[in-house]
Amino acid sequence: MKHISSKSYALLAALPLVFLAIFYFYPLIKILTVSLTLDETLGFGSLKRLITRGIYLRTLWFTTWQAVVSTILTLLLALPGTYVFARYQFWGKALLRSFTTVPFVLPTVVVAAAFHSLLGPGGLVNAGLMKWFHLTSPPVAIDQTIALILIAHVFYNYTVVLRIVGGYWSRLDPGLTESAKMLGASPGKAFFKVTLPLLSPAILAASLLVFIFCFSSFGVILILGGPRFATIEVEIYRQAIHLLNLPMAAVLSLVQILFTFALMWVYTRLQRSRSMALKPASRAVTQKKADGGIDRLILAANVSFMILFLGLPMFSLMVQSVTTETGVSLGFYKNLFENATESVFFVPPADAVFYSLGFALAALLIALTLGVPAAVFLAGPANRARSLLDPLFMLPLSTSAVTLGFGFILALDKPPLNLRTSPILVPLAHTLVAFPFVVRSLLPALRSIPPKLKDAAAMMGAGPLKVWQTVDLPILGRALVVGAVFAFTISLGEFGATLFVARPQTPTMPLAIYRFLGQPGAANYGQAMAMSSILMLVSAAGFMLMEKFRVTQGEEF
Amino acid sequence: MIKIGWIIILTAALSLGWVPTGIASDNTSEIILMAHDSFSVSKTVVAEFENRHHVRLRFLKAGDTGAMLNQAILSKNNPMADVLFGVDNTFLSRALAADMFIPYPSSHLGDVPDELKLDPTYRLLPVDFGDVCLNYDKKWFAAKGLAPPASLEDLIAPAYEGLTVVENPATSSPGLAFLLATVGHFGPDGYLDFWKKLRDANVQVTASWKKAYWGSFSAASKGDRPIVVSYASSPAAEVHFAEKAMEESPSAAVVQNGTAFRQIEFVGILRGTKRADMARKLVDFMLERTFQEDIPLQMFVFPANKTAVLPAVFKRHARIAEHPVFVSPQDIAAYREEWIEAWTETVLR
Repeated sequence: MKHISSKSYALLAALPLVFLAIFYFYPLIKILTVSLTLDETLGFGSLKRLITRGIYLRTLWFTTWQAVVSTILTLLLALPGTYVFARYQFWGKALLRSFTTVPFVLPTVVVAAAFHSLLGPGGLVNAGLMKWFHLTSPPVAIDQTIALILIAHVFYNYTVVLRIVGGYWSRLDPGLTESAKMLGASPGKAFFKVTLPLLSPAILAASLLVFIFCFSSFGVILILGGPRFATIEVEIYRQAIHLLNLPMAAVLSLVQILFTFALMWVYTRLQRSRSMALKPASRAVTQKKADGGIDRLILAANVSFMILFLGLPMFSLMVQSVTTETGVSLGFYKNLFENATESVFFVPPADAVFYSLGFALAALLIALTLGVPAAVFLAGPANRARSLLDPLFMLPLSTSAVTLGFGFILALDKPPLNLRTSPILVPLAHTLVAFPFVVRSLLPALRSIPPKLKDAAAMMGAGPLKVWQTVDLPILGRALVVGAVFAFTISLGEFGATLFVARPQTPTMPLAIYRFLGQPGAANYGQAMAMSSILMLVSAAGFMLMEKFRVTQGEEF
Repeated sequence: MIKIGWIIILTAALSLGWVPTGIASDNTSEIILMAHDSFSVSKTVVAEFENRHHVRLRFLKAGDTGAMLNQAILSKNNPMADVLFGVDNTFLSRALAADMFIPYPSSHLGDVPDELKLDPTYRLLPVDFGDVCLNYDKKWFAAKGLAPPASLEDLIAPAYEGLTVVENPATSSPGLAFLLATVGHFGPDGYLDFWKKLRDANVQVTASWKKAYWGSFSAASKGDRPIVVSYASSPAAEVHFAEKAMEESPSAAVVQNGTAFRQIEFVGILRGTKRADMARKLVDFMLERTFQEDIPLQMFVFPANKTAVLPAVFKRHARIAEHPVFVSPQDIAAYREEWIEAWTETVLR
């Protein structure tokens, strides 16, 4: 039975490939060649320094191990929460799911401020502990430590596991695990022997995304970790921007790209061998109300963890945004609407919201347009083209924003692609980061579609498109929403690339926050907190709206 | 589906609406100023220039100073703008070496003190200056009954242990300026010794000014460090951007002999501009009083033009360093990497 011919498969891959060729590989190759030819040794001098000076090897080692530990921690903490979302129905679930994704859009400086108000020397936790235990100095000293880096990585990436594994888990028929238990397996054994292997494609996909995010971590390391820690990404920034050493930055970028490519090549092989077809179960079967005592305990424990760990820092930002000298007031929000300094760069809050949402929607649409065909192509039968393209499609996620930003300046400077000063560059840059997320969100679901279902539809005379529409699409509905939410989120929160390509006439919310924090004065800080709160609320509302699309599609099976 | 369709149409319309504004035109009635992201100017000042010369003034912001300079160098054969503002004396030599500016000895330079003119070839002209120096939390020192720091040496005295937060010179421009202040003050052979002692005195290092000021400085945050590296004009900004009118700033700047480094910002006309005439008019305008008097409250630095009148809040609360430390742009270009690397080895590892 032939579903899609190899010719149409090639066509599917063409669109994302052309996009990546123009907006990723071309700028990347241009900046790398220009940087390396600045150096008379063509970068080999830098390469030699990189190998012989211990500091760079230590940086590579630190980059790797902190990413591994961050990924493991995120999995350990988020999987129980994922179980709760996949298996229980409870009040406020959609709202909670939306809020778990909000950290993803927050600029690091703002998250740093939030953690500071909770865990800093004068923060809530220390003040409380000092009062209760009559201590003279703050007991928790976590700022600028590896612990804070790890906490922040879990804080940001919790939602990746929750959404990508959760979407997959909720379609998994609990009957399979129940049968194992009936056959005498203990609950633990049933989980490790049945549930976990079935979930492994989704868990692997989520782990890979979390790993790459932490591997190329920039703001968290720089701002929360402080200057004693450096990832390759941080080192690229330091070399390029502050030491003006472009050859070294180029060599480091290459190392980063090659390292992640090798890793993803291994991963894609692993993932392929683990995928299996699954008959999707409807939510009526997979989800129940938490009735028993244990059920309630599990539910309560995980929901409390999410509220405390993810909710409290965000809550503290909102508290700061309404705390003025004269008590609780909306003064800072009112200030946002006044151009007190008469600056030509004043950002009316409505404009920042408008541009942020506009860019995010544009990035979402472009990322889905490219990501869906790419994922459908990759889900096809294994061959050499696929094993090469699969890791290739992930590369933009692990490429330094500084490197790519400079690449845009060099490559997109002539008609017809004279885009380097165009606002369209913002959603294009965001798409590069969002596209791999869309592909990873879709792939586990696509590969789980039983070929028999398709065969049956085709046998009944449905053409390939009709088969896709009636079989694939309903199963994909949930994964599509997950991908869309991430594309939207990445665009709303992305800052590194935005700073390079953003133009004053189209300011986004994170840019407005940065502008306020750029000058001293309590009013500036208060307005930054107010704008952060608006960013959180707008994002949460956006996620809620996108969940609505799922409800109408998800009930079809 | 209706909703999705609507969103697609809306987004397409938005994208299309943006494209034409983005394409750089050779329109002679328009001029583009490229600047770093801290640049700001009043609407009325922009309008005055536009009306006087019947031209539209557009802005291109390109990240921080280092990011902006890199982008300008990379695009020098096909520049994105006509005029570049914001190269400072720590990047001056590097910018001049890239050979991307055309000389323009503006007649307004007569109003600028000679010590700010660091480029004898008139390719980069001084626009403003600001002194990077120590700031302290007045209330904290009053409550402890400790004298506020008056010199760099004070920072390593036992009484001041654990009180100071500085920025990493490898990732922050005030951080680099402060490192240069110590190089100038203690000499290239003595500054590392000072930093060794400062490290032993439990100095905190942050990656950026934002983190130091909003995260650690006790006068501006819940942090526990009453001494921070900031600008001599920061106390004025505290008053100007206070929640409600205040008489006295919560912080003060240390401006005594040899504790501050003067950052001077320059403007230059990019080689390859098709509007050199208008570019010269823009440079003139930026040195004239209207623009110069707008600088303090927009960017919280001092105007280079000595005839510019300072706003009241600056007169009362902002200070100019007495005899700031001087390190030549040539030395900075030659030793920048070496000093930063040596500092990193000494303080962080």
